[in-house]
Amino acid sequence: MTSTLTSTDRYQAAYQERIAVGDQFSALREKAYRRFESVGFPVARKGNERWKYTNIAPIARAEYQISITADSSPTIDEIRSQLPFGDTWQTIAFVDGIFSEGLSTVGDGRPGVSIERLSATDSPLTSELGSIAQVDEDDGFGALNTAVFADGAVILLNGEIDAESPVHVLFVTTERSQPTMTSPRVLVIAEKFSKAVLIESHIGLESGVQFSNAVTEVAVGEGASLSHYRILEKGHESFHIGTTRVRQEKDSSYTSVSFAFGARIGRDDLHVLLDGPGSECTLNGLYMTSASDHLDNHISLTHAKPHATSKQLYKGILTGKSKAVFSGQVLVEKDAQKTYAVQRDMNLLLSDGAEVDTKPSLLIYADDVQCFHGAAAGEVDEDAIFYMLSRGLDRETASRILITAYADEIINHVETESLRAHLRKSVDKLLPVFHF
Amino acid sequence: MLEVSNLHASVADTEILKGLSLTVNPGEVHAVMGPNGGGKSTFANVLAGRPAYVVNSGSVNYFGEDLIAKTPDVRAKEGIFLAFQYPVELPGVRFWQFMKAAVDAKRKHAGEKELAVREFDNLWKEKATQVKIDPELISRSVNEGFSGGEKKRAEMLQLALLEPKLAILDETDSGLDVDALRTVATSVNELRSPDRSFLVVTHYQRLLNYLTPDFVHILVDGRIVESGGAELAVTVEDTGYDRFIKAGVS
Repeated sequence: MTSTLTSTDRYQAAYQERIAVGDQFSALREKAYRRFESVGFPVARKGNERWKYTNIAPIARAEYQISITADSSPTIDEIRSQLPFGDTWQTIAFVDGIFSEGLSTVGDGRPGVSIERLSATDSPLTSELGSIAQVDEDDGFGALNTAVFADGAVILLNGEIDAESPVHVLFVTTERSQPTMTSPRVLVIAEKFSKAVLIESHIGLESGVQFSNAVTEVAVGEGASLSHYRILEKGHESFHIGTTRVRQEKDSSYTSVSFAFGARIGRDDLHVLLDGPGSECTLNGLYMTSASDHLDNHISLTHAKPHATSKQLYKGILTGKSKAVFSGQVLVEKDAQKTYAVQRDMNLLLSDGAEVDTKPSLLIYADDVQCFHGAAAGEVDEDAIFYMLSRGLDRETASRILITAYADEIINHVETESLRAHLRKSVDKLLPVFHF
Repeated sequence: MLEVSNLHASVADTEILKGLSLTVNPGEVHAVMGPNGGGKSTFANVLAGRPAYVVNSGSVNYFGEDLIAKTPDVRAKEGIFLAFQYPVELPGVRFWQFMKAAVDAKRKHAGEKELAVREFDNLWKEKATQVKIDPELISRSVNEGFSGGEKKRAEMLQLALLEPKLAILDETDSGLDVDALRTVATSVNELRSPDRSFLVVTHYQRLLNYLTPDFVHILVDGRIVESGGAELAVTVEDTGYDRFIKAGVS
């Protein structure tokens, strides 16, 4: 078990390095590292419902370089064309964990938003870090991120910004000589009655192994409205564990639209706490898996207060020998009367080797609620294909049109036109392997 | 243009067509009538190339070529059009986009240039007016949420846009009220031309009240047992299919 020791040593060294830097998070890091030491990674899946369908042993086994310095990675111009990007977006970018001045466009003093680096801020907001994504959760991933993250973004939204001027937090990984772990960290505070669009991208340009272990915390204040578009586009060898924790206050509205286009192992662990009456939450997602990808959407939602609404629609398209998991849990607590919750997961299986485990569930402790859920997995409708062929479209064109339409239902939830264009391009690029 | 000789075809290993022969010349309207289970829809689907329909023997010659050897999309590009008995809904696929792709595929096959957006849009509007279809309806996804009558009218719009040489109407009258039936029949009449033939498959004579066929064929048990002019349809209306079924058995 030398390799395990080596990995542990590396995590410990990275932690100690952060403590030596001595930033305002030292106390939190210490607590987090102790937590990580005691729980480790969730490699034992037996009896662990949270990890039943996802084996993270390959992530735990690998040895990563953690502290890295900028090296001769691709130039900004080389990578920009492969990234979600808009001229009017306010982007804060990190390449292999390091802040990238060249890709960032923040600090133009636009009203309604303030974006700072976690490593270079004296904002009192940072005291909120770790309060929404708590380090004593079951999994070690969030704790490890907290113990070792070197940088990240803290975003304050306190006005109204329109959908075409979104805030973009971008984490890019590139090809490196050895497996590398990055720890993207984001804290978002949407103040009372603010309105904004936030894009969070995790893009891997590598063909080798990279592991990004991300944590994003989002507080949506009273009457605030936040759309959070999340993109995961990793290489077929890479790992990504994303932990996103959202807390909503009274009459707030939070919309998450997530897009996962691939990773060797990718997990989107999203929890939303509807902690104020009258709040609304919409969680939509599209996942497309091919080759030996494994994508796990672990979505949970807690209705803690009355008169709140939640809607979830996830759609998957699977091919090759890939596997996807949808595990969605809606918990309606005793006080959350007049809750309306609907949850749906649909899957399109394009190959015999692809597999999906879909498990929507409702846990209801209030008695005056309306809750619905459903899941489906199926193949492309042969009648639909013949109908298209009978109009003169060849199979390839018919396939392209049907799959695009299927994906569009989720893409159309994105308000930002320039992002929709990027997402359609991403889907188009995948179409040569996604067909029937 | 179309010559069907001694055609035998099966669905799920059951032989449905048992020696069907029929000749259609350019510009002619043929009605194929018959009792349920006689093979009418099978015949329509075999011509369009639906995968589950297997031709066992016989031939279908279309403009001098073997139609059966061609894939469904090639048949369509070469002028075969099937108006479906149950048109399929394509959620999220915009009607306009679907038809532009179809018209372009046909043009490309014929060695012609694809239409510019403006050109197609003009054609689209012209044909929509011709078949009297609500423009709001066709701004949506293909057939999604359409009523039965709207679906059939949308099939006529596709027929008008694709300008086939042989249009096959598979029970187009089923599920339509008299008004919808009349509208659809009017569209078909307007789309008749000297180089476009129609094969109208129907159980009832009522569609033929509005659409006068040149020939009527009675299809019973996989074979055409009697052919005649438009008056044959009237006979069917009066006497039913019983005497043909007996003829088919004898």
